[in-house]
Amino acid sequence: MANTAAINRINGLRDIRRSPASHLAAALAAGSIQGTVVLKEGPFQTMAGVRVDPRSEEGARIAAVAGSLPARYGDVGGTDRVIILWLGPSEFLVVAPEEAHDSLGGDLIGSLVAALGDAPGQVVDLSANRTTFELSGPRARATLEKGCALDLHPRSFTVGTALSTEIGNIPVVLQKTGEESFRLLPRASFADFLGRWLLDAMREFASPEVP
Amino acid sequence: MLLIPCPNCGSRDETEFHYGGQAHVAYPENPAGLNDREWAEYLFYRDNTKGAFAERWLHSTGCRQWFNMLRDTVTYDIQAVYPMGTPRPATAKTNATDAGTASTAADSTTTGNAAPSTSSTSITASSTTAPEGATK
Ligand SMILES: [Zn+2]
Repeated sequence: MANTAAINRINGLRDIRRSPASHLAAALAAGSIQGTVVLKEGPFQTMAGVRVDPRSEEGARIAAVAGSLPARYGDVGGTDRVIILWLGPSEFLVVAPEEAHDSLGGDLIGSLVAALGDAPGQVVDLSANRTTFELSGPRARATLEKGCALDLHPRSFTVGTALSTEIGNIPVVLQKTGEESFRLLPRASFADFLGRWLLDAMREFASPEVP
Repeated sequence: MLLIPCPNCGSRDETEFHYGGQAHVAYPENPAGLNDREWAEYLFYRDNTKGAFAERWLHSTGCRQWFNMLRDTVTYDIQAVYPMGTPRPATAKTNATDAGTASTAADSTTTGNAAPSTSSTSITASSTTAPEGATK
């Protein structure tokens, strides 16, 4: 957690904030198999839902604030610090570190709202809408493949892309962050289910492989 | 399981979609002028086509966009995908109705691999480009 001074500015509310899968932290640690497949919940993120026509002037203004808007499904736009996920032809999810939030000393939401102005579209603070799971390791793909119909082979699902799909029958944005690492963004109310589903899917990899 | 070619996202499992019923059911020009029977027919009466059927689909867990699809109700063959608000495209396969029997239906439900022909609109043209990471 970076900016302690800024965090204190919101009167200690930050201290009592609980992430949607925090109650699973011990189970995630116990169910992870180091060197094989590891699951943990990611830190809080600042997220903004943006609806804007990417070819319009206001779309260009949003892009100037947050980085380029992704052109099609799979693409991830943004900058080093801020990523923009493609959810639909005119719908995007802006994801940034927690301290980018206006209540913590940042200005992401406010500057997106200002960039949209009175133009058609919307910018909504969705920071509490989703949580993130980080799944990594040589067996991460095999774990996901138990409940995801997409082709997750690296020749097809490449590093730096993200897709909105279903995993374990629930809607998830799946981002490939490295050769063997994935970030899953389920809505908060699905965090418990998805966390437990992933733990169950990972369990077989704790046992020796049967030839 | 149907593999449905979303015009925005490429081929996806049927479970990611919601069915929107028959396409091209026009809202009455003068709803107040309808009698009860006509109003009921507008609301509830739909074709029960054996063969090519135009229907609406929503990619609900993907791009959340609606589109129209021409699907054969006997063979499940997806003949065309086209944007909302555009007319039903003409297809080469006109009379699947005559060919369709119960026995052929059983055989053909297992096919989901035939690439659908798409109408020549901009939105469907993009669906034929190879989707990275979205097709099986
Ligand atoms: Zn779609």
